[in-house]
Amino acid sequence: MSANSVTIGVFLALFVFVAILGLFGSRWRAGDLSQLHEWGLGGRSFGTLITWFLLGGDLYTAYTFIAVPALMFGAGAMGFFAVPYASLMYPVLFMAFPRLWSVAHKHGYITAADFVQGRFGHRGLSLAIAVTGMVAVLPYIALQLVGMQVVFAAIGMDYNIAVPLLGQVSVPLVVAFAVLAAFTYTSGLRGTALIAVVKDLLVYVTVLAAIIVIPAQLGGYSHIFAAMPVEKLTLPAAPDHSFGAGFSYVTLAAGSLLALFLYPHSVTGLLSSSSRHVIRRNAIVLPAYSVALALIALLGYMAVAAGVDKMPEYAAGFAAYSANFAVPALFLHMFPAWFAGFAFAAIAIGALMPASIMAIACGNLFTRNIYKGFIAPDCAPRTEAKMAKLVAFIAKLGALFFVLEIDTTYAIQLQLLGGIWICQTVPAVLLALYVRLNPWALLAGWAAGIGSGTWMVAELGFKGTTYPLHLFGWTIPCYAALSALVLNIAVAGVLHLLLKDKGGAQTDETAAADYV
Amino acid sequence: MNNGARRKFHPVYLMLLVPYLAFFWVPFYNSIEPQLFGIPFFYWWQILWVVLTAACIVPVYLHQERR
Repeated sequence: MSANSVTIGVFLALFVFVAILGLFGSRWRAGDLSQLHEWGLGGRSFGTLITWFLLGGDLYTAYTFIAVPALMFGAGAMGFFAVPYASLMYPVLFMAFPRLWSVAHKHGYITAADFVQGRFGHRGLSLAIAVTGMVAVLPYIALQLVGMQVVFAAIGMDYNIAVPLLGQVSVPLVVAFAVLAAFTYTSGLRGTALIAVVKDLLVYVTVLAAIIVIPAQLGGYSHIFAAMPVEKLTLPAAPDHSFGAGFSYVTLAAGSLLALFLYPHSVTGLLSSSSRHVIRRNAIVLPAYSVALALIALLGYMAVAAGVDKMPEYAAGFAAYSANFAVPALFLHMFPAWFAGFAFAAIAIGALMPASIMAIACGNLFTRNIYKGFIAPDCAPRTEAKMAKLVAFIAKLGALFFVLEIDTTYAIQLQLLGGIWICQTVPAVLLALYVRLNPWALLAGWAAGIGSGTWMVAELGFKGTTYPLHLFGWTIPCYAALSALVLNIAVAGVLHLLLKDKGGAQTDETAAADYV
Repeated sequence: MNNGARRKFHPVYLMLLVPYLAFFWVPFYNSIEPQLFGIPFFYWWQILWVVLTAACIVPVYLHQERR
């Protein structure tokens, strides 16, 4: 790919600006960063607007901006499931998560596993929740780095150097990693929140430009949709004795929306808000990002209409990144050089910022629920914060190593699995905000869900997540996260009834009044 | 919600179920016609409901504020 100096110049200028902003974030509303809730939750101080930026940046990551249009580009209508997903999660956020905020605030919980420990007094269950969260979020960090790699390749910054033992190493990726590690370490969630503001503004400008400039050049939306094969514009009709693609579509949305706010980085973002009302208000204003997401999804069709995959100058990009190169190629083809630099900075910073929260969330989980829970139960608060910073660093280093040394398809497969695994924490975290089942029953349900979900994806050769169930002569194509969750809840429910409360309700340190 | 202090259920909470009906009833909107500004029904219906989902939360929010 030929490098354009204007594109790279604009890109680098924005990237450096954001790096400086992140490093100085520690001085913003300065708190005592040797305390974990100050470093890892921004002192629970963010109001409605900052939380809007932070959660928006956190949930709608760079990988989303590349992968969702890529799916539309390849598969058509099925890729649009991201839209019902990103809308229907908000009534859940509105109803359930203010309860989590309240109980966490009352008892000083920092992670979802903290809540599980307090609610159930069961170390095995809280460990299961903590490990599920960490394992699910690690490939997510790796995918953010993959998103950055695609951007670096698109603007022609694919400089590699040979390093002994590691082989070819991408220099821009290592530099981006160093920036990420530095500001996460020094500023914690405050730095991330500041960057989120810049990131989201860049993204909105890019989306606005994309939906005005690109359709105008392509002759309007009717031309864009006309360029797609007509059978890809809607979901295929269900064959006889099958629930059909419509059912996959709905279960993909439902399983994803239940899981999203249970991801460690979502919980970190939610608990950093200053009151439960901040979360309630954000359930109303956050859908603005979902509108942007829907428009971004349509970029996949614009890439088809523009025919970027057939242009020789982008052949190398498509060969290396397949459909994930659709949006970068579209931007390069359609935007003037300077604005392409701006748009790519939006994507790269959109990777940096969620990667930072994910690493922080990972650090919080390890420190609170593994280190403090099992290794050093009475460690000082200062040690807690130090440990979290260290683990956040190791998590990012692991993700970098993964992306550099191991095929990125594994990161994608692990992320698909991660979504299924995190969904299995619904009964012990989300439902536990309302009902307290026996912790042993929940643990058994969790194991059944993780086991069956993983088995279904393995049966699909780790290539997909929609597993066709065969019941009463019908074929039911269902998102594995959801069918595994149904089994999970069934196992937990039945065992709960059989065990009654031998786990002991007296181990519940929370009271009904703590949730409202 | 069976958490001690039981409150009487208010019908405004049913508003939160409306978006699920709108999105989960796929056969209703899985078609190209009627188009809007050249956008097939499948797409504009769902984009419209992103906004309407937020709109459905508003009356519940206001109801809770009044209490």
